[in-house]
Amino acid sequence: MTDASLPGTAPPPAPAPAAAGAAPAEEVVKGGKQLTTFYIYEAPVRLWHWVNALCIVVLCITGYLIASPFPTLSGQPSDHYLMGTIRFIHFSAGYIFAVAFIGRILWAFAGNTYARELFTLPVWKKSFWRGFFTEIAWYAFLKPRPMKFMGHNPLAQTFLFVVMVLGTIFMIFTGFALYSEGTGLGSWQSRMFGWVIPLLGGSMQVHTLHHIGMWAIILFVIVHVYTVIREDIMSRQTMISAITNGYRSFRDNDPD
Amino acid sequence: MALETFYEVMRRQGITRRSFLKYCSLTAAALGLGPEFAPTIAHAMETKPRTPVLWLHGLECTCCSESFIRSAHPLVKDVVLSMISLDYDDTLMASAGYQAEAILEEVMTKYKGNYILAVEGNPPLNEDGMYCIIGGKPFVDQLKRVATDAKAIISWGSCASYGCVQAARPNPTRATPVHEVIFDKPIIKVPGCPPIAEVMTGVITYMLTFDQLPALDRQGRPLMFYSQRIHDKCYRRPHFDAGQYVEHFDDEGARKGYCLYKVGCKGPTTYNACSTVRWNDGVSFPIQAGHGCIGCSEEGFWDKGSWYARLADLKESGFGIESNADKVGLAAAAVVGGGVAVHAAVSALKRAQVKHDTSNGADKGGDK
Ligand code: HEM
Ligand code: HEM
Ligand code: SF4
Ligand code: SF4
Repeated sequence: MTDASLPGTAPPPAPAPAAAGAAPAEEVVKGGKQLTTFYIYEAPVRLWHWVNALCIVVLCITGYLIASPFPTLSGQPSDHYLMGTIRFIHFSAGYIFAVAFIGRILWAFAGNTYARELFTLPVWKKSFWRGFFTEIAWYAFLKPRPMKFMGHNPLAQTFLFVVMVLGTIFMIFTGFALYSEGTGLGSWQSRMFGWVIPLLGGSMQVHTLHHIGMWAIILFVIVHVYTVIREDIMSRQTMISAITNGYRSFRDNDPD
Repeated sequence: MALETFYEVMRRQGITRRSFLKYCSLTAAALGLGPEFAPTIAHAMETKPRTPVLWLHGLECTCCSESFIRSAHPLVKDVVLSMISLDYDDTLMASAGYQAEAILEEVMTKYKGNYILAVEGNPPLNEDGMYCIIGGKPFVDQLKRVATDAKAIISWGSCASYGCVQAARPNPTRATPVHEVIFDKPIIKVPGCPPIAEVMTGVITYMLTFDQLPALDRQGRPLMFYSQRIHDKCYRRPHFDAGQYVEHFDDEGARKGYCLYKVGCKGPTTYNACSTVRWNDGVSFPIQAGHGCIGCSEEGFWDKGSWYARLADLKESGFGIESNADKVGLAAAAVVGGGVAVHAAVSALKRAQVKHDTSNGADKGGDK
């Protein structure tokens, strides 16, 4: 993986070493200011991001409703299938969520270097820690301006790894373990994920942990959406364009 | 002395061949085997010598024995008197004192490696086991001694299987489940507080007639009774799927027999046969009586908080009394949300300040 921070791109930009996609896609001059733009997130990464985000929203809403169902409906039970439908949506979204995640892992091998960032934490790199602490100082209002990053900044990368990679794996394993209780012993879900239940201390414990996992993800989403919007406004690079059309623009050409 | 077969014993007791065969079909049905297994059971009982069962009692409340003697099919009378030779069970047997201990020794030597050890309750390990003394010695010693030459061990109930109430935090006597004391024998866990009578006799009958352990799940419980949750076969399940719940124990839903999920039914997380076999000769079971399952056959059920909450309590994880995942989650979300709001406000102020500085000519802002 390449260094996350952008090498100095004083015009004319030095062709960045080896990093795929590091050559600016375009440079425009806007209002007397030069914007250097790079293609960062390829289509599969962006597609995954939004599918994943949608799945998570659906999973959180339906998961919450599984745990705290709507007020009782009257009439014959055969007239309704409310909880059944909610659970069905949860499980369907769970399957899409899991398959999308596997797809995202595969794309890490096929895609550019920014496709791999999500799964790596280069803690052995000095530059990682420099970026990490600079970002903390930036968020603590101790530094007037942040560093520039082509991909994720190290702080974001850490959160993404812990919550979105480890957290997703945890939710998939506990989710399918719970699912296997319905499909029964001998089903593939049970053979692949059934062991999670005794490991984590029984069915009730797995429900509780799966439920806590939801709150961890909700906390992440709050912080994620806030920081992304904040960075889009305040940092030296654009954010939302990077995850919608793939292009990230830098607002200055200062080295560092 | 040639050992008697089950059949011989039954005949000696005046049971006709006809009722013997009936009994075999009943047993096959109770074990969830097809009718074609009735002859297999009959054959086994005609040819196999009786297997002695030694039944030990540790730290327990005798609810397993109470349940066992209420078995309807196979009638425990048949099980105790004819099928198994329950040679030692200090609650049920006639003999006492030295005589009883002598029988224990005799069976252990005569049937070395061939008897089944059934354990009700568990050994407390603190103070060298002094919290449970049998015949003047700590129960844990007796358990280990009898286990040495046993063919297999049955852990009756949640006590022997998991520890149960006597092992509840802080577990002052260090009551310890059997599988954490005995490591070198196959152990069949038959959890429940108590286990259902038909489940108990079913397990024993299976082991005796087929001379093998029943198929077990990952936690060592017999699949034929513990492979599904209460929830999977609960007769109130249509109400669950429909979204019809008892909200309070005295509401309309409670009278109509709606699902008990919202009042903390643990059927969705409990593996047992209550919703199919039921209790007291199939008369009823807790959910049928209008109360949620409390998960009595699950590990740790006694330490997980309220009987009326479906999820585990988080107070042991340092979140204060009676905290659940939603309360902790909401509180955290409020804190983080508040933090975000404050951070956003400060950011906006800073930005305004920087803008101001910039327009004054000091060009150091992150952006313009
Ligand atoms: C449930 C909601 C969401 C989840 C779970 C989520 C998750 C993620 C993940 C896992 C990544 C890393 C992508 C990768 O490296 O493959 C990411 C990046 C990103 N997300 Fe989200 N996201 C969510 C909602 C949003 C929303 C609503 C926005 C826009 C306002 C957004 C904007 C971004 C941006 C701009 C990035 C790139 C960050 C960077 O360049 O460092 N996300 N998100
Ligand atoms: C972001 C991911 C997910 C979130 C936030 C989430 C959330 C939840 C929540 C809050 C519950 C209720 C737990 C309780 O209180 O008992 C739940 C239950 C459940 N979830 Fe998920 N879940 C996620 C992923 C998955 C996945 C990938 C699967 C796999 C198919 C899955 C399957 C289940 C099952 C089977 C249940 C139990 C349903 C029941 O008891 O009727 N979940 N989920
Ligand atoms: S009463 Fe309990 S076991 Fe029965 S359907 Fe409702 S939650 Fe499941
Ligand atoms: S319904 Fe639940 S609590 Fe009641 S006996 Fe069965 S397993 Fe135990």
